[in-house]
Amino acid sequence: MEPEAIKLIAAGLAMGLGAIGPGIGIGILGGRAMEALGRNPEARGVIQANMILAIAFAEAIGIYALVVALILKFV
Amino acid sequence: MTTKSKAIVGVVFVLFLLVIGFIFFRGPLPEVSLPAEKLGTISGFSITNTILATWLSMAVLLVVSILATRNMQMVPKGVQNLVEAMLEALLNFVEGVAGEKNGRKFFPLVATIFLFVIVSAWLALFPGFSTIGLVEGGEHAKLTFQETEVAGVPIGILPPGAQAEEEGAEAHPAEPGTIKGMLVPILRSANTDLNTPLAIALIAVFFVEYWGITSQGFFKYGSKFINIRQLVRGNVVMGLVDVFVGLMELVSEIARIISFTFRLFGNMMAGEVLLAVISFLVPWVAAIPFLGLELFVGFVQALVFGGLTLVFATMAVTSHDEHEEGHEAAH
Repeated sequence: MEPEAIKLIAAGLAMGLGAIGPGIGIGILGGRAMEALGRNPEARGVIQANMILAIAFAEAIGIYALVVALILKFV
Repeated sequence: MTTKSKAIVGVVFVLFLLVIGFIFFRGPLPEVSLPAEKLGTISGFSITNTILATWLSMAVLLVVSILATRNMQMVPKGVQNLVEAMLEALLNFVEGVAGEKNGRKFFPLVATIFLFVIVSAWLALFPGFSTIGLVEGGEHAKLTFQETEVAGVPIGILPPGAQAEEEGAEAHPAEPGTIKGMLVPILRSANTDLNTPLAIALIAVFFVEYWGITSQGFFKYGSKFINIRQLVRGNVVMGLVDVFVGLMELVSEIARIISFTFRLFGNMMAGEVLLAVISFLVPWVAAIPFLGLELFVGFVQALVFGGLTLVFATMAVTSHDEHEEGHEAAH
């Protein structure tokens, strides 16, 4: 295979595989936050703020994969 | 008209815009470059387009603060009222996390980071960012610009529907009346340059350590990282565990800088690429929801950067022993 083709495959794989973990993580976070909301609707503000913060942590891992994919593709 | 027929007219209009935009107004897929493009140098320092955008964000913040504080009154009105409301909401958030005394100490840095990140992210959504620039020749010159002249200054305009030349295609020489080149935007979102988030992250982590040292004392704060108290007492197993935990703390402190930097850089860069690709695929209509998404992403990233700085600072000023005692008391 040409190096260029391998680079493209690598970029796609990096992003695709790297998105699995954060995807599962954000799904669990969102689901649990909804559960918490159902149990205690008054705590909406606190739950939402903490959920967004935690999602940002999970999302950061996906963003690392994106950065790697971008570097593979464009540098 | 009934609501239903209004909705039908709306859908038809949107579809019409989609088709017209798709047929006549497709732009070329922009070149993505990770490092910021250099526009020129001032006595050895290169001026990039992200630096210009940084200065622009600073200018916006400066002008708004001057406007808000120029004519201060006890009962706020207009701009002063708006800015006071925003800062009060931020202050409440900070004091809610860190407590009143520490919150007021952390507030200037957290608010500055929040405001800078959000302003630079939202400014980049204005038209003109990444679309107005200098035309530069060279080996990446793949776009053909129509040349016109406005007040003696030659200006290249990219006609609607212009496409970049295929990679590896035979290079055509420029026809008369056109310029071949690539677009080097004058303004590009400040945080799409790795250096800007890195600078903010370094400032944030520096201040977290500074607050940790000043509130607990150098040796007490340092014992979080190099913990040999148990080892000296002769308790080898627990001592080694403590030393290892200290090393982990040290590593996580450094990892914070990397994670801060890449989180912000990745989000902003991804937003930029996403908007460019969407407006290349389906011009006009499809980009609008994504602009809304980018507004939200800019806000969340600003909140996350400021919020994490706040949380780390709160953790740094809370003594390790106090923390443990609290745990034991809870059991």
